[in-house]
Amino acid sequence: MSQISINDLAEIQQKSQQAQALRHGQTGVGTQRMHLLVCGGTGCQAAGSIAVIDALRAEIAKQGLEEEIAVVETGCNGFCALGPVMVTYPEGIFYVNLEETDVAELVESHCKNGEPVERLLYKDPGTKKRIPHMRDIPFFALQRLIALKNRSMLDAESIDEYIGQGGYQGMAKALKEMSPEQIVAEVKKSGLRGRGGAGFPTGMKWEFCQKATGDTKFVLCNADEGDPGAFMDRSILEADPHAVVEGMVIAAKAIGSHHGYVYCRAEYPLAVHRLQLAIDQAKEYGLLGDDILGTGFSFDLQIYQGAGAFVCGEETALMRSIEGKRGMPRPRPPFPAQAGLWNKPTILNNVETWANIPQIITNGGDWYASIGTEGSKGTKVFALTGHINNIGLVEVPMGTPLRTIIYEIGEGIPKKHRKFKAVQLGGPSGGCIPEEHLDTLCDYEAIVKAGAIMGSGGMIVMDDSTCMVDMARFFMDFVQDESCGKCTPCREGTRRMLQILERITEGKGEPEDIDTLEELAEMIQQASLCGLGQTGPNPVLSTLRYFRDEYMAHVVDKKCPARSCVALLEFKVDVDKCKMCGLCFKNCPVDAISWKKKEPAVIDLDKCIKCKTCIENCKYDAIY
Amino acid sequence: MSLAHDLTQVSMPEDITTEMLTRIDEICAAHRGKPGALIPVLQKCQEVVGYLPVPVQERIADKLGVPGHEVYGVTTFYSFFSMEPRGRHVIRVCMGTACYVRGGKEVLERLERHLNIPVDSTTEDRRFTLEQVRCLGACGVAPVVVADMDTHRKVMADKIVDLVESYE
Repeated sequence: MSQISINDLAEIQQKSQQAQALRHGQTGVGTQRMHLLVCGGTGCQAAGSIAVIDALRAEIAKQGLEEEIAVVETGCNGFCALGPVMVTYPEGIFYVNLEETDVAELVESHCKNGEPVERLLYKDPGTKKRIPHMRDIPFFALQRLIALKNRSMLDAESIDEYIGQGGYQGMAKALKEMSPEQIVAEVKKSGLRGRGGAGFPTGMKWEFCQKATGDTKFVLCNADEGDPGAFMDRSILEADPHAVVEGMVIAAKAIGSHHGYVYCRAEYPLAVHRLQLAIDQAKEYGLLGDDILGTGFSFDLQIYQGAGAFVCGEETALMRSIEGKRGMPRPRPPFPAQAGLWNKPTILNNVETWANIPQIITNGGDWYASIGTEGSKGTKVFALTGHINNIGLVEVPMGTPLRTIIYEIGEGIPKKHRKFKAVQLGGPSGGCIPEEHLDTLCDYEAIVKAGAIMGSGGMIVMDDSTCMVDMARFFMDFVQDESCGKCTPCREGTRRMLQILERITEGKGEPEDIDTLEELAEMIQQASLCGLGQTGPNPVLSTLRYFRDEYMAHVVDKKCPARSCVALLEFKVDVDKCKMCGLCFKNCPVDAISWKKKEPAVIDLDKCIKCKTCIENCKYDAIY
Repeated sequence: MSLAHDLTQVSMPEDITTEMLTRIDEICAAHRGKPGALIPVLQKCQEVVGYLPVPVQERIADKLGVPGHEVYGVTTFYSFFSMEPRGRHVIRVCMGTACYVRGGKEVLERLERHLNIPVDSTTEDRRFTLEQVRCLGACGVAPVVVADMDTHRKVMADKIVDLVESYE
């Protein structure tokens, strides 16, 4: 199909909406009576979802049901730990952990006889009951989807399906009916703040760039999602790439730009593939390129693949990298809105921010601003992972308490004998929040007050088997390794902090080390050039704030209370605590443990390789 | 990455064929003069050769018309570029936070012991290159190991040896 007009867009929307009607509980087209939406995101693909899709299609063809049942490969559903997952429509039944061998039974029982396959339904980790409908599963029921609106609802590789869900309507409105000033005003009204971490008001950023003089301007998307433990941007690009494209065109009109880049990390091959496909499809329809929708506005978009450098998530470093150079940050001002990529006025927003824009334009800034708290509007996507029952992507209204996310949506800690210890927010720039602050609301300022940052939304739950000193060491190792080396405080300071933390976890810490850590942290925060160094000491400071005892235990008593730091463990059995269950004996990979019924286990230290398998398996904390 | 590479080495390594060099020249010709071309060119050339030793970098600099130090600077800055030959199979252990707290560290330690090499190096027979990577975004199925193009989920330390041994 060649370039389409606004009328064509409406026609495609109507047609595609009908084709998807089954997924909204309405009657389908022709003889179609069922849609099977199988997740094809990275997590589910790793679990074999493509084989399941192929088997489903083959079985449906074999049974002669092709006219009645459609199999759709969607983007990331968000409930990655249970993959491959599938949702059936119109019923909305949610299947988990599917395998190729389940397909024949599924088609026979569910598709032909209308009887759901009980054993493949989601099982609630608390009540142990099966829950058939997706809408009743707590993980989904408490979410509010805006950025993830289309997840597991459509074929991520079909532009028509996106249009059928109202896609490209915001762009059409912005190009046809709105002036650049009106677009900026609408985004400002929405209260949207950058979802990449810093939380800068998006509309204000656009306004600076709109007012900047220059005939060439750029619109950039930061898809260099580097924070360990955050995967919402990958998921959005895999499930709904057109939303990002649409958001960027709207911004282009607002600032008067005709060229944009998506800077995507090379670790995300599937996201790059889907996004490229989306760009190609949009170009074919004339929704990118010259004279979009016959409005006279032109905008071209291309992907730029990163080459593995965390610091390139920093805006000025990212721009240097697109210029083909070492991705090192430069001092600001000038800010990118004045002098960014190739010194031209540039706006950069992250994937999640872009995914919100089309709906803000379609539904209005007031609608968006009606959700959330005073200072933080709309929703936020979190990547909930770590020691938690329900692992996956969670989108909640701003203002939701952390406790709700962890205990209601996430349904708490999996191991019964373990207790919640802390939740890490904001990755290497963030911090840990302990139990007593779990009623903190999702709000940029409230989270900072509790000692962490909103960041890009990584939310890693840790139980009491996690050593907080080791956690701080982990993040410092990350920051040190990713420090680009341009400024001394970050390059040398983080190395010193890491050395001290390593010493402490090896049992060689001195009491004055803790003061030195605090002193260095303050210097690095104040003197570093970019956000990487300025925020790099945060994980150490927040663990020192809440878990100072644990540092002292390492330094003074030479003990690791979480039994995590190998050098501080003796690998001995506490006979008073040992319940003589034999689990350590059964799991030891090198047969270093001897045990007989009704006798405590004994570890042979000559054979022991200190792998901690026994400690992980002991429910009574009897090995120290 | 260490900066102590021997920059006096001038001869092209034997494993780099004339066909590879022709391909490198074509890639450079297609990008010459374009702003920001260096990183995509290096990515494509590494796909062709497998790694980017100094003589290859010099050839790229020459054909692209950019200073050699700039090519070297970019190659050593980004972790995706390697100046050493790599193994037939690249095993990447994710060291993102989620994988780390769920046992990724133990997986890596087990592999180092089993392959008898430290992380970020290649076995003598060039069968395996062992790397740690930053978060792969598959936190939902942590800990994750990527062997060549295959993503393996929930790989615990006791399963990893069998897994890598299945790669000949």
